[in-house]
Amino acid sequence: MVTAVSLIPLFPLAGFVVLVAAGRRLGNPLAGWLAAGAVTASFVTTGVTWLGLLARPASLRHYDQVLYRWIPAGGFHVNVGFLADPLSMTMALFVTGIAAVIHFYSIGYMRSDPQFPKFFLYLNLFVTSMLILVLSDNYALTFVGWEGVGACSYWLIAFWFDRPSAATAGTKAFVYNRVGDVGYLLAMFLMFANTGSLAYGRVFGAASSGHLSGTVATAVTLLLFMGAVGKSAQIPLYPWLVDAMEGPTPVSALIHAATMVTAGVYVMVRSSPLLALAPATSTVVAIVGVGTAFLAALAACAQTDIKRVLAYSTVSQLGYMFLAVGTGAYVAAIFLMVAHAFYKALLFLGAGSVIHGMHDEQDLRRMGGLRLYMPLTAATFVVAWLAIGGVPPLAGFWAKGDVLVNAWAASPVLWLVGALTAVLTAYYVGRETLLAFYGPERWKELAQRGPHAGGPHSGSGADGGGPAPHESPRLMTVPLVLLAVASTLGGLLDLPLRHVAFLTAWLSPMLVHQRALVLPAATRLALESADAVLALIGVGAAVVLWRGGRAHPRLEPRLLYLGWGLNQLYEALVAVPGRTLAGFAATTFDRGLIDGAVQGVATTIEATGAKLRRVQSGYVRNYALLIAFGAAVLLGYAITRTPL
Amino acid sequence: MTHFPYLDVLVLLPAGAAVAVAALPKSLAKVARALALAGSVATLIVAAAMAAAFHVGPGGFQMVSRHSWIRPFGISWYVGVDGISLLLVLLTALVFPVALGGAGERRNERSFLAWMLLLESACMGSFLSLDLFLFFVFFELTLVPTYFIIGGWGFSRAGAAAVKFFLYTFLGSAFLLIGILAVAFLHRRATGHLTFALPALAARPGFGAGTAELLFAAFTAAFAVKAPVFPFHTWSPDAYRESPTAGVVVLAAIMAKLGSYGIIRFDLELFPSASLRFAPVLIALAVIGILYGAVVAARQSDLKQMMAYSSLSHLGFIVLGIFALTTQGLSGGVLQMANHGLYTAALFLLIGMIYRRRRTWQADNLSGMQKSMPVMAAVFTVVMMASIGLPGLNGFVGEFLILTGAFLTHKWWASVATVGVVLAALYLLWAYQRAFHGPPGGGDGPLPDLSWRERAALAPLVLLIVGIGVYPAPLLNRITPSVDRLMAHVDASAHYRQPTVAREGARVLATASPAGARP
Repeated sequence: MVTAVSLIPLFPLAGFVVLVAAGRRLGNPLAGWLAAGAVTASFVTTGVTWLGLLARPASLRHYDQVLYRWIPAGGFHVNVGFLADPLSMTMALFVTGIAAVIHFYSIGYMRSDPQFPKFFLYLNLFVTSMLILVLSDNYALTFVGWEGVGACSYWLIAFWFDRPSAATAGTKAFVYNRVGDVGYLLAMFLMFANTGSLAYGRVFGAASSGHLSGTVATAVTLLLFMGAVGKSAQIPLYPWLVDAMEGPTPVSALIHAATMVTAGVYVMVRSSPLLALAPATSTVVAIVGVGTAFLAALAACAQTDIKRVLAYSTVSQLGYMFLAVGTGAYVAAIFLMVAHAFYKALLFLGAGSVIHGMHDEQDLRRMGGLRLYMPLTAATFVVAWLAIGGVPPLAGFWAKGDVLVNAWAASPVLWLVGALTAVLTAYYVGRETLLAFYGPERWKELAQRGPHAGGPHSGSGADGGGPAPHESPRLMTVPLVLLAVASTLGGLLDLPLRHVAFLTAWLSPMLVHQRALVLPAATRLALESADAVLALIGVGAAVVLWRGGRAHPRLEPRLLYLGWGLNQLYEALVAVPGRTLAGFAATTFDRGLIDGAVQGVATTIEATGAKLRRVQSGYVRNYALLIAFGAAVLLGYAITRTPL
Repeated sequence: MTHFPYLDVLVLLPAGAAVAVAALPKSLAKVARALALAGSVATLIVAAAMAAAFHVGPGGFQMVSRHSWIRPFGISWYVGVDGISLLLVLLTALVFPVALGGAGERRNERSFLAWMLLLESACMGSFLSLDLFLFFVFFELTLVPTYFIIGGWGFSRAGAAAVKFFLYTFLGSAFLLIGILAVAFLHRRATGHLTFALPALAARPGFGAGTAELLFAAFTAAFAVKAPVFPFHTWSPDAYRESPTAGVVVLAAIMAKLGSYGIIRFDLELFPSASLRFAPVLIALAVIGILYGAVVAARQSDLKQMMAYSSLSHLGFIVLGIFALTTQGLSGGVLQMANHGLYTAALFLLIGMIYRRRRTWQADNLSGMQKSMPVMAAVFTVVMMASIGLPGLNGFVGEFLILTGAFLTHKWWASVATVGVVLAALYLLWAYQRAFHGPPGGGDGPLPDLSWRERAALAPLVLLIVGIGVYPAPLLNRITPSVDRLMAHVDASAHYRQPTVAREGARVLATASPAGARP
């Protein structure tokens, strides 16, 4: 039933509209159930559409439904049209699936929030935008979703708007994203100038028929990548994602881990026909990707906030996805995207459960031993750790392995950096797991020593003196278990064996520019084994170092804690001079020079005029009245002369 | 076939209402208020009916009404509407009742209402006039009510601001008057026939290239001040700040468009070659205005001044679109005039509503208003996002077309202008954050959220902001034929051809040879 494709984004849109109109009347928890129901309906519809597509032969799995003509102007026109093809369906399936799970979790998590209905209103609008993004049949409509998710991200990061840090983080996220969007916009202008269209079909048609030169393709893809760098938080625009952790934790899980931040990867994969003409771009993408993966993983090793570890981890994992894109391994990028959505959503929801159970505590240094108090959260968190760490046979092992094997085929250097990152990944999530769930119960010691002085990110957190931590309600733990199962079995989506590589079989017919992997079986086996060993090294290191819950300050230099100091760098290089320049422009230049010149002319005229002028006050007023009088006379003349 | 004289009624109805309101005795303030609102709503209904009767497809002037006026000088009452003026007429018809309903003044109310209605007539007349002299009369006539509204109902330094506004724009008008007279008399010298009718003057200009450039400069001076275009903008922060809410709504939403509209209607019609020649200069000024306005706006704590600089930035986009001289740029520019009118009117109304509650519009003195006024915060957010250019809302459609069109002819300027979208987000989000986010401040207790009356005033604006963003095609289908006619006129007169892709779109590929085939 591929014709249902346009219905997919309509369900959450309807949910949003109802919540705008009647959200406060529906209240808590009805508004949440309504929103979750809308997304579930969307998930089911996606499933139906997907089955419809699956029933078709591989060469006919492409259905474009144009709803209406959105922007027509001369030779330019953009449609509101939705596309059902293997890529869009894969995206829509995992987006709606994860979103539904997180909606249900949020009903529990946001239970006592006074803005409960508004939260779900934003969440539904987000899902609508994300679905528009992945289902659109052209770059411009994708941009609608692209900006829409950015706006929702802004609203949701700043959801607790009375906290200045949350408000600032929201603004920052939007502005950083906009910097990237300049690239996306310019890419569209360039595409239209060279192909006369923004529709995927036409642009890619122009690319494959040779109407698009390599230079233009390189420029377009580099500009698109600039957008992706903003949206998917790569070097040098990643700082916003770390601050985005100010938002409620379900938001971090859904938007800032599983879905929105992967939009950049999606657009690059979608643009693979253009990338095929632009090898230089692919190289840049791979290098930026692997560099981000490595540096963000290092930064993650030094974070003390339970969510910030995960934020850097997300940046790092997105870097892996771009490494895959850059090496032409598009299926691997999508595979990792889906697997990552499972285990990173699980990690965030687990962190949310901890924050919830610890009464808004987020500092790892004030945790420890929580496995006794929240066993289900602890168990699923460990699963997520092993999954992201790449321990076989969990999802991360297969997905990351796929990326690394392809990286090796492109360049052993890329593989080496990626492999080091893999060790770090298993290590830093292990550190986090052990600090939170194992070791001595540090929150108890702190409670005895009296209320703490307030950490850097304690927010409105309770101090250790509050009631003991507790396991979260069923509404929150069931999603954890579901995601834990998905994180464990996710590898089955695309095992590196013939006949069971489902995702490869599903996507390959449309991702024709996927680089063929030519590696001897022995090399491949050796690489996969190396992955497993690397993961175990990371896990082992974490256990050895962090089992006892003791701090290792020497392992965590301040530069890493600050995330390589990009915030400080931008403050010094952009913000301070920017403020000075704007201040100069606003006062000295605008009011002083330009307006001064105007005033100067006026004063000179006035000085000369003063000698001639008799009526001093109401000079202008007289003029004004004179005009009115003159107009009246003219009008009178007209009326008397008009032959009626 | 005689049809209902929509356009004459549109121009004269508000003026008639103004006279009626002014003639009422002072004791009947409530009646005056109802009468004024009824007059402006009736105008809106006539405008809507006119729009319904408007034929989609032809690019020329429709519903033309022409009566000889001052026959010896060839001056006539000559009004008509096309796709370029249609939206501005509708905008005018909408914004006045909204401003009267959402930002009325109680002190000396009758005069206020009468001036507002007269201003509506003058704006309508300016957008509908096809006779240069008639246009000039209306163009000048807008100054009078504006001057009295700023001076009479404005804030502490309103007097000085009103004088500055008046003199500055009046100086521009002096150039315009000379220009208009020169165009008409040069035409007579060439044809022996004195007329001020735009179609006749455009069809057969009586001047050479050098004169055309001088005349272009004279016309453009007046329009550049009115818009305003950098660096002729410094009257606007003062005038906007000191105006009463209704005044600034009209000033920014409608009267600013007199400038950009004048450029399209008169510069491009009368001086196509000079427009083409000076396009790089105006594009440079426009792009400077886009960035400069945004940068200066970021430094303002005064929300009204911030909006003045924001308008400078947004008008820069419109001028960029016009002088891109492509179908997309020009259509986007025309659409953006209406879009800017809608969200600017809404933002100024909201700022007025904030002032009514907190007696200040300094962002630094406001804080945490979202707590007690969630509805106002929501409306403000939507309107702000439209102004930022969020796709799905109206601002994006115009901006996107403008930049797409400008990129075809002025790649690098368009690229620089695109940076403006970052800055627009910066200053508005900062202002919003200071005023609405953070802990509630002020200490004067919780503020009442939007009243039903305020919601009613904002609702049509917000609905259109969303509606145009989602489905702009009906408007573009009306704009584009007239833009095409104008582009054809420019093409024919200036021996200019806009890039093929602007007209043909993806069809260019059918004729072009593959890039790879080139040696």
